[in-house]
Amino acid sequence: MANLKLAKVKKAYGSVEVLHGIDLDIRAGEFVVFVGPSGCGKSTLLRVIAGLEDITGGTLEIGGRVVNSLTPKQRGIAMVFQSYALYPHMTVYDNMAFGLTLEKGKPKSEIDAKVREAARILQIEPYLDRLPKALSGGQRQRVAIGRAITRDPQVFLFDEPLSNLDAALRVQTRIEIARLHEKMAGTTMIYVTHDQVEAMTLADRIVVLNKGHVEQVGGPMELYNSPDNLFVAKFLGSPSMNILPARIESVGAATRVVPEGGSPVDLPIAAVGTVAGGAGHLGIRPEDLSLTDEANPPFRGTVVLTESLGEVTLVYVDIGRADEPFVAKLPGEVSIPRGSQIGLTARPQSMRLFDEAGQAVRPQVRRAA
Amino acid sequence: MPYVVKRTGFYALVVFIVLFSIFPFYYAILTSLKSGTALFQVNYLPVDFSLSNYEGVLSNGVFPTNILNSVIVAVVVVAISLFLAVTAAYALSRINFAGRGLLLLTILAVSMFPQIAVLAGLFEMVRWAGVYNTLFSLIFAYMIFTLPFTVWVLTTFMRDLPIEIEEAAIVDGASPFTIVMRVFLPLMWPALVTTGLLAFIAAWNEFLFALTFVSNNSTRTVPVAIALLSGASEQEIPWGTIMAASVIVTVPLIVLVLIFQRKIISGLTAGGVKG
Repeated sequence: MANLKLAKVKKAYGSVEVLHGIDLDIRAGEFVVFVGPSGCGKSTLLRVIAGLEDITGGTLEIGGRVVNSLTPKQRGIAMVFQSYALYPHMTVYDNMAFGLTLEKGKPKSEIDAKVREAARILQIEPYLDRLPKALSGGQRQRVAIGRAITRDPQVFLFDEPLSNLDAALRVQTRIEIARLHEKMAGTTMIYVTHDQVEAMTLADRIVVLNKGHVEQVGGPMELYNSPDNLFVAKFLGSPSMNILPARIESVGAATRVVPEGGSPVDLPIAAVGTVAGGAGHLGIRPEDLSLTDEANPPFRGTVVLTESLGEVTLVYVDIGRADEPFVAKLPGEVSIPRGSQIGLTARPQSMRLFDEAGQAVRPQVRRAA
Repeated sequence: MPYVVKRTGFYALVVFIVLFSIFPFYYAILTSLKSGTALFQVNYLPVDFSLSNYEGVLSNGVFPTNILNSVIVAVVVVAISLFLAVTAAYALSRINFAGRGLLLLTILAVSMFPQIAVLAGLFEMVRWAGVYNTLFSLIFAYMIFTLPFTVWVLTTFMRDLPIEIEEAAIVDGASPFTIVMRVFLPLMWPALVTTGLLAFIAAWNEFLFALTFVSNNSTRTVPVAIALLSGASEQEIPWGTIMAASVIVTVPLIVLVLIFQRKIISGLTAGGVKG
């Protein structure tokens, strides 16, 4: 049981700063996912927490103890690497026991019990005598997880553990990791990924990182439904949210917005801090759009491409914004010939308004709550 | 037609190269088995089979001691070189410190001096250290040429070992020394065997230092001992004995190479990381 507290954590390589003062509180037993595009600093942040990179500034506390200058082992962390990083010359058993054998005076029977327990949890008992090269990718990753489990870590770190696995195995292993988190309820887990599905499905809370800054921290649904800014809005969700530059026509109990390429919409938002005539952005998730026959739909355009994925059909519509197609995610199989004109609509409640700087404009009720 | 010509040319070249490298040794074996005046007849096939030269050289009082000296010197040189090189390679390949590149170049530069250029200075050092006429002088002097290449080869090899494996060991709580000994060393077998073998051969064959730093017959190593083998009179060169001795000292090298070539397996790191 250990919580983590990051205060103004900075990391610089020479004069290049890659983490610009990260503030973050992680509760004990929580599953937190760091997510962001490549180069956003998520792996660096994980390595800083692990103790594999020095902290340039700020403090890192684990379980109420400042650990800035402690070794990974003293921090009580265990880490699972993207490339498994098993010791190739050791059997599965020895791989998992290695960390424990380094602790002086630890009885062999205790080590053995721990290794076998971990092997049982991960169902790798039949392979204990094999070398890593005789295992499949999924089995190797499970051994790597097992190696981390045997050490009874306070904080469990995962660095993109699924990215080397194929799609089917990835889903399976993801479920296993979720199950593992349930079993090890007291262990804080931090998981780095660029895959938003992993982030959404595994996390208690997601930390969205961008260019060395935290963009938003929150539960998966909170981030999905109520993104703080354009970056988070675009990053979560697939395909990503349609963002249209918009002009704010009138403010009041409702806000009237005129998006580029669409008709005016009245949002049920008493937008505080915006002015009539100001610029902003209107965000609409593809899955919130639906076909409409009305004579004057909010959005109308020419279909440039459709992609049928079975359970949904993605429709790319040219609504007059040349380089950025407008995407609608329609349920089921929809056959719309390319080049046809369609009208699309969405409930105003599902639309998101962002100000000129890209910050979310929230309905007042939400803000009060 | 051109294919046949190419093929024939290729194998002709192979045969020529093999003959060219094997023939001197073959002729040495041939000569070592001759005795008496047969030594001075040129034969390309064995006509005589006598082990008297071997008996002669082995019963010659100090030659077995010379072999033992060579073994001691070569083994100790290999052991110390590998230990120093592995630890140095870890620092040079994995720890970032100022002047690392310069240090590597300096190490390489040391191996560029011709032996004869350092001989006089080294002789003074050996005298000063009081190890003249002992095997220590040779062990010390041989490090000069074994260390640069062992350090270089092992540094290059260690640099290519996946960094994640080291990080995993760090997270597991291993100290740098434990990492080197229990994680890296087993992965470095091919490089260790190769460099160790080269260092062994270099130390085994070395002549100039061995001639200079040791004056006592029973402290000499085999290359010098063979060169100084003398016959019954000043004018006689005992070719038979010399060839027998040469064959005797070549065999250990061949055996070592044959044993260890099985150890030089590629892909030892397979399975530890992806790909």
